This record gives sequence, structure tokens and C-alpha cells, in this order.
Amino acid sequence: MSAVIAPHDHEHDDHHDDHGPMKGWIRWIITTNHKDIGTLYLLFALAMFFVGGAMAMVIRAELFEPGLQFVNPQFFNSMTTMHALVMVFGAVMPAFVGLANWQIPMMIGAPDMALPRMNNMSFWMLVAGVLLLASTLFMEGGAPAAGWTLYPPLVLQTGAALPFAIFSVHLLGISSIMGAINIIATIFNMRAPAMTLMKMPLFVWTWLITAFLLIAIMPVFAGAVTMLLTDRFFDTSFFDAAGGGDPVLYQHIFWFFGHPEVYVMILPTFGVASTIIPVFARKPLFGYSSMVYATASIAFLSFIVWAHHMFLVGMPMAGELYFMYATMLIAIPTGVKVFNWTATMWKGAMTFETPMLFSIAFVVLFTMGGFTGLMMAVAPADFQYHDTYFIVAHFHYTLVPASVFILMAAGYFWLPKWTGHMYNEKIGKLHFWLSAISVNILFFPQHFLGLAGMPRRIPDYAVQFADWNMVSSIGGFIFGLSQLLFLYIVIDTIRGGTGEKVTDEVWEDAHKHSLEWTLPSPAPYHTFTTPPETVPSEHF
Amino acid sequence: MTDELQRKNVRLVRTLLLVAVVMFGFGFALVPLYDVLCKVTGLNGKVDTTAVKETGYQIDSNRELTVEFVTALNESAPMEFRAETPNLKVHPGQFYTVNFYAQNKTDKPMVAQAIPSISPGLAAEYFKKTECFCFTEQKFKPREGRIMPVRFVVDPKISPEYKTITLAYTFFDNTEKAEKQ
Repeated sequence: MSAVIAPHDHEHDDHHDDHGPMKGWIRWIITTNHKDIGTLYLLFALAMFFVGGAMAMVIRAELFEPGLQFVNPQFFNSMTTMHALVMVFGAVMPAFVGLANWQIPMMIGAPDMALPRMNNMSFWMLVAGVLLLASTLFMEGGAPAAGWTLYPPLVLQTGAALPFAIFSVHLLGISSIMGAINIIATIFNMRAPAMTLMKMPLFVWTWLITAFLLIAIMPVFAGAVTMLLTDRFFDTSFFDAAGGGDPVLYQHIFWFFGHPEVYVMILPTFGVASTIIPVFARKPLFGYSSMVYATASIAFLSFIVWAHHMFLVGMPMAGELYFMYATMLIAIPTGVKVFNWTATMWKGAMTFETPMLFSIAFVVLFTMGGFTGLMMAVAPADFQYHDTYFIVAHFHYTLVPASVFILMAAGYFWLPKWTGHMYNEKIGKLHFWLSAISVNILFFPQHFLGLAGMPRRIPDYAVQFADWNMVSSIGGFIFGLSQLLFLYIVIDTIRGGTGEKVTDEVWEDAHKHSLEWTLPSPAPYHTFTTPPETVPSEHF
Repeated sequence: MTDELQRKNVRLVRTLLLVAVVMFGFGFALVPLYDVLCKVTGLNGKVDTTAVKETGYQIDSNRELTVEFVTALNESAPMEFRAETPNLKVHPGQFYTVNFYAQNKTDKPMVAQAIPSISPGLAAEYFKKTECFCFTEQKFKPREGRIMPVRFVVDPKISPEYKTITLAYTFFDNTEKAEKQ
């Protein structure tokens, strides 16, 4: 027996891989290194941010004044639909997966992700899914134009694009599920021995919970679009009233996925904010364990509030009241978080570098988005707000100055660690102020438009809405152009930045907060091949 | 990577994949669950499309409800479709017949299905029909038009809060689907 075992053991010894990155472009195709894959995800997300942003520019240009100017209504509706799909599935979600790839192993003292090959595969499936989705723009009948929610019966009128859009959703779903499984396996099995669950940085905690959400909801969405596919091509009647089905059923299934999905985009945002704010307040995070429990509560509640997206489908009073109160309940754990961030800054020795500026703007503007959400949770009031620009303003406040701002903050925060170069603080601050002001010019007037009754997803509107639409469009163009500064900064930092020597901890005393700042800058290709002996504690 | 870690990873991945597969199934399980829930609670105004026997109800002539009739065509089905009276005052427990007229406006045979809906939804279970063109698919010859009666009764057990019930029919053109089968 021992003769069999010995060579096996020997073989293992040979597999210690201390080699650096592969030479040539093929490295980026076949890489299984978490840092390479993180970079791929982040760059892909950045590219899609500009693609989705270009679509938003088309929308704002068309809405600049009443009447039809640049595009026909069908293409306009394709733009609103594709803008949402690209931003959600191509930009925000992959950007957070990219951050997870880079940061989670470094934050928990692991050498890599638990399943490196699957990691590579989930990235390339994402690319395939998004390319498939983008290809529908060139198909007969145009890209899907029924809104990102793909409601039947309208979506069934999509031309040749429908099956491609559905298969694209399948690919994106499989990619997300694989990514989520990988993250859970990494966090559960790869932590340094000293890294107990309640010592994990909040970013790791929020991603762990997000990953469970993804595994629970992406298959449901895949099922819903599969039913659309069979209704359209195989004569089933899941959503076809003529055959005994019910289109409202789709809305229930979709929002069972859709509501947790919006938290998939916001929970990691909370995690990054909880990571950045303490560093620049030079204090430990206030209420660490309450942050963990609040995140878990929000995740749980997200599964039982879905029908607040459908107050107008004709639910009976009891249903309306239940979903109204359950939805308002979410404000409690969310409030806990906002107060904790504020308390973290309270009496802190704060400095206002770009990542902190974006994070503070996040706390303020996300809270505003949260309040409009609370307004719409009130069922009788929602009858007025439903499908108007008020909801558009609401979810853009929770996505753009929240998720996107925090992604920017994360970029500024960790780029020095990733590249070993310092970004240009002056241009960073300019980027922040331009973004923070223009995002409000862009979205704040949309509240007024919505309250005045302007419906969403229309290319033309009554003249009474003209002034605020023009203001909103101007804000949109400034915001869009400002993001080119971010692109410039990212490229500039990768190529050397200010030339300033970056220390290992980068930010003053950052190593007290999280493990990645104990590593050299730039972070070597392989880190924590032996787990660290001690990990930072929340109380220092 | 040690063998033990490998085993732990494989076990975890299997469990998580199983969760994903179960959730895919759960999406489909929502379909019958939704139907059952709607039937039990009567939430969505779905109407029982089977005939009831014309049994004797106690007529409550002290109460009067208005029943309104609404007709619609799905995706502009090439038909004409209307109720002969827009509304009717009824006593709970008494049987009434109301005529609808539908016509095929094409030069081809047509198969169409009418789908009823009642609002308020919770009143649906008290609205009973002994005869309705919505029970089965309707076949029309080219250009054929015909009068189709609906015989119904409002159950006297209906809560006094309901004063008006709206019965809405939508005709769906099922010709293409019927040809395929």
C-alpha cells in the first residue's frame, strides 16, 4: 500500500507553483489567477459602463425636448431596455464580482479563489452572454424593447431577438451562479485559521450574503424566461390567458427574482462603504455585528416583499397592506446601516481623499433614494407614482450615486494596491465634484416629472414636462462626459500615475483595518500562499 | 491544494448546485402554486369556467346589484364583439340571460376563445354561470356572426358590500394555434 501512496504524495510536492504570470496575451484567456480574473471582470464592467452609458445618452438626447428628434420610438424603447440590461448584468454585477475576485482572497488571507478554473469559465460565459445580448441590436425587429422586466404579452412581440435575449439571460445566470458558488466556497473553506467569521471585513460578509441571494434567485429568473420561450415557440400557456395562463403570474415570478436582485447590486455596495469609511475616519467601524445582522435581515426581507412592484395589478386589500408593511420594514435594517456609517465618522479624524468623498456622497444620496423608496412602499401613494419618472428617479438614486459611486470609490481606494501607483488626486476630486453635482441635476428633476405624471419608457411627452427634461438631459450629458475623467485616471494610474512611491498600507493605518494592506504594493501575483498568523481586529 | 480542502470544496459545490437546481424547479412550482392560491383565495378574479346546475336559489328580491358587461378583443383580433345590454339590475338568487354578439370579420374560418374576468375579484366565486360561450373554444365560419347567450346567477350569499359586479370578456384569436394542433 505504501508504495502506491508515496509517489502520489511526491507528485503533489511538484505542484507548488511559484511562477509568475504567463507571457503574452494568452495569459488573459486561460488565467486562473484571482487577480487576473478580477482585472478582467473590472475592465469588462468598465467597458460595459460606457456602452450602457452611451445608450443612456441616446435616451437623454431624445428627451431633451418634446417631439421625436433623433430615434424612432421602437429604437428608443430598445435603448431603455438594453441600457438597463447592460448596466445591471454587464456593468454593476460584474464590477462587484471583479472586486470580490481581487479582494476576498486578500482580505481573508487565502492564496486564491477556491475554484480557479470555474472562475475563469464564469468570466468567459459572462462575455458570451453580453455579446449575445448586444448582437440583438442588429437583428430583424430590433433589440428587445419591452423593458428590462420582459413582461408578457408585450415581450412576446419581440422579433428575431427574443430567443437570443433569453439564451443570453441563461448564460448570464449560469455565470452569476458559478461566480456565487465560487465566492461561498472561498469564504467558507479558504479563510486563514485566525480569520473567524465575525472578524471578516464587511465587504466579505456582504458578498457572502449576496452570493446566497444569487444562487436562490438566478435560477428562478432562468425559469421565468424559459417559460416565455416555450410560450412563444412551443404553444405552452404559462402567461397566455387564451390558454388558461395569466400574465400576472410572470410578474410574480419575475419580481421574486427581481427584488432580491436589486439587493444583489446594493449589498456589496454597503460592504465597500463599510470598508472605506472607517479608514478615512481613522476609527473602527461602528456597530460591526449590527452591520452583519442588518445585511442578513435585508437579504431575508428581500424575498417577502416582491409584490410592491405590482401594487396596480389588482391585488386585494390584504395583499396590498401586507406588502406595504413588509416593505416599510426594510427601512429598519437599512437605517441601522446609515446610522452606523454616520457614527463611524462621528468625531473621527476625517480626511477627504477621493474614495472618502464618493463614500460620503453615497451615504447622503443613497439615503435620499431610500426615502423615495419608502414613499412608494405606501400602496395608495404608489398608485400615483407607479411607472412614472418618480420610480426612475428612485432607482437611479439607489444605483448611480450609490452602487456606481461606491464602485468608483473602490477603484480609487484599491487601485494603488493593485497597480502600485498613486492616482492623480486633483483629477480624482474634479471627477468627484463633477459627478456629484451633475448626478443631482440629472436625476433630481425626474422626481418632479414623476409627481407631475410623466410616464416612463416614452420617447415623446407633453410640453408641460419640457423644462425639467431639458435640465435632466443637461445633467446627463455632464455626468456622462465626467466619467471619461475616470477612464483617464484608471489608464493613467495603470501606466504609472503620479509617480509617487506607494507604501504597503497606502492609506494611513489601513493595515489595522484589513489584511490586503499588509501586503506589498503592488500586490504580488501570488499572495498568502501561507496563511497570515494574525488578522486585524475590529477593535484597535 | 490539499486533498481535504478539495473534498470540502466538492461537497460544498454539490450542495450549492443542488440549491440552484431546486430553485429552478421552484420557479416552475410557482405556476401551480399560483393557480391554487388564486383558487383558494379568489384573489385574481379568475372565473370558474365550468357550468353549474340550475338549482333553486332563494331569490332575495330586497337586494339589487348592478352587473356590468365589458367586451374586449385581444391584440386587435379581427372580430366584432359586443354585449347587447351594457348592464343589468339583478336580484341575488334569480337566473338571468344576457346576449352577446360576436362576428368573424375575416374570410377564413376562425377559432376563438373568450376569457372571462370578474371584478372585484373576491366577488368571482359568487358569480355562477349555467351557460356561457366561454366554456369552450368557439368556431366561426368566414364572416359568420352569431348571438351567444350567457345564463348566470349571483349567489345570495354574496357579501352586502358588493353593489356592482363587472363581467369582462376578452376574445382571443386562437386560429393559428388550433391549426398547428
